[in-house]
Amino acid sequence: MSEQAKKVELIECPIVLNYNFSAGRAPTQFLRGMKQGKLIGQRSPLTGKVIAPPRGACPESGLPTTEEVPLPDTATVITFTIVHLPIPTSALEPPFIVANLVLDGSDQTFIHLVSGCANEDVKIGMRVKAKWKDQSEWDYSMDNIAYFEPTGEPPVDIEALKASRLEEAKRFLKAKAETK
Amino acid sequence: MREVAIIAYAQTPLVRDCGAKNDVELVMEVVNAVKHQVGFTNQDLDFFCSGSCDYLGGSAFAFVNALDALGAVPPINESHVEMDAAWALYEAWLKIQTGHANTALVYGFGKCSQGDLPDVLTLQLDPYYTQPLWPDSISLAALQARALLDAGKITEEDMARVVQKSRRNAKSKPGTQLKGDYTIEQLLAEPKLVSPLRKHDCPPVTDGASAVILATREVAEKFHKRNAYITGIDHRIEAHQLGSRNLIDSMSTRIAGEAAGVAKGKVDIAELHTPFSYQELLVKQALGLGDDTVINASGGPLAGNIMMSAGLSNFGEVAMRIIKGEANRGVAHATSGPCLQQNLVAVLEGK
Repeated sequence: MSEQAKKVELIECPIVLNYNFSAGRAPTQFLRGMKQGKLIGQRSPLTGKVIAPPRGACPESGLPTTEEVPLPDTATVITFTIVHLPIPTSALEPPFIVANLVLDGSDQTFIHLVSGCANEDVKIGMRVKAKWKDQSEWDYSMDNIAYFEPTGEPPVDIEALKASRLEEAKRFLKAKAETK
Repeated sequence: MREVAIIAYAQTPLVRDCGAKNDVELVMEVVNAVKHQVGFTNQDLDFFCSGSCDYLGGSAFAFVNALDALGAVPPINESHVEMDAAWALYEAWLKIQTGHANTALVYGFGKCSQGDLPDVLTLQLDPYYTQPLWPDSISLAALQARALLDAGKITEEDMARVVQKSRRNAKSKPGTQLKGDYTIEQLLAEPKLVSPLRKHDCPPVTDGASAVILATREVAEKFHKRNAYITGIDHRIEAHQLGSRNLIDSMSTRIAGEAAGVAKGKVDIAELHTPFSYQELLVKQALGLGDDTVINASGGPLAGNIMMSAGLSNFGEVAMRIIKGEANRGVAHATSGPCLQQNLVAVLEGK
């Protein structure tokens, strides 16, 4: 093919931009907790619900969350998927489980890995606990938890869990109103 | 045409670096402030629209995360533009015109301190011929300023006068970033940053957010005796390739200004989104504004320039002055792209 007939199919235009990222006030508090192996949620002033990990706002009301709520590292599987594709940035061998979890005492789910059992044994409602990495590896990161593993407790009914959490939020708001 | 007024406006302080606050925390401040001004909850708002750019903070889908600040439970009717939020206001205004909404909340935000802003803005250029050369936003503005000086359209002294006025006006607005009293001699004695621009001819890097609430006349009349109505609005864009444009003119501003009806009456005030000093002179001329129009009483973008919200803020600044009775008729202007590529012009009138 003559030079003229050749199509230009590739040009290289490397782009490098450096950013000083700041997580935000609320995520900073949460990540500081993670560095010490603690999970700290924040409570919505309007709904009484506990958000973990927090982003700074109650997504239901758009109001700032400030009250910190220490949370245990146990959780319930709300839903999950078995991933058969490798993640380019992860050393994880597929198939592995990505789950939507809710920490005990919290009202908002988050995504993390579930392992420590056969993939086939993971069920909705399964009780799990954080498998922390060695303390020497802890950073300001969700990654300090390698994955969540089954506790062996009996599974939880999700609808019943949701209902009990709503009751808990109502109780909190009632108690708050009474102290005022 | 439905009559649409701006009934509430809030802006964060204009700061070089807002520290640990993230986008959600910035937006929350202004969104809750405008709702509070008119006692609105989300149930009173038919539409939400925002303007932002993920490149500024370097985090993908920052505008989606920012929804946490709105309280989108139960779900809300929302849209976003990857532009200054003045264009989000335009979308909201259209939504009201079509009868799909009577009220709308519009907000814009930019945490510009996280990256090297002049370089980040290079990414808005044509990716084949221009962007790989990495001309930053200040250098491109300098090309335009040089062309204007060379054509005899402006002088360096004219540019210094714009800066002097901005710094002086900014003293009377709380929360402005750069303010003070300077003589023309002082300003002209400063060294050049990117010739012919001195540092003070360029906008500061600013973190912040702003928000306004739009409402139809029926709703607006419940809140203010006198309201600021948008009586004309238009926006135009010029060619992407800088080489195709006449840089010593702002045709897009002129056409948008004519379509918005700027010349149909006396213009008391104008808030122009002219981040570089020389641009105020160019836009003023393109809009046909005379010396009886008070331009950038807020200090304008030279006193603090929140990317993606500075244009929207101009609507708020003009509207609040009209509501207070300080002006009857004003112009709000917003720009986007390198060297005033795209311009939006609106006329606001007190009724």
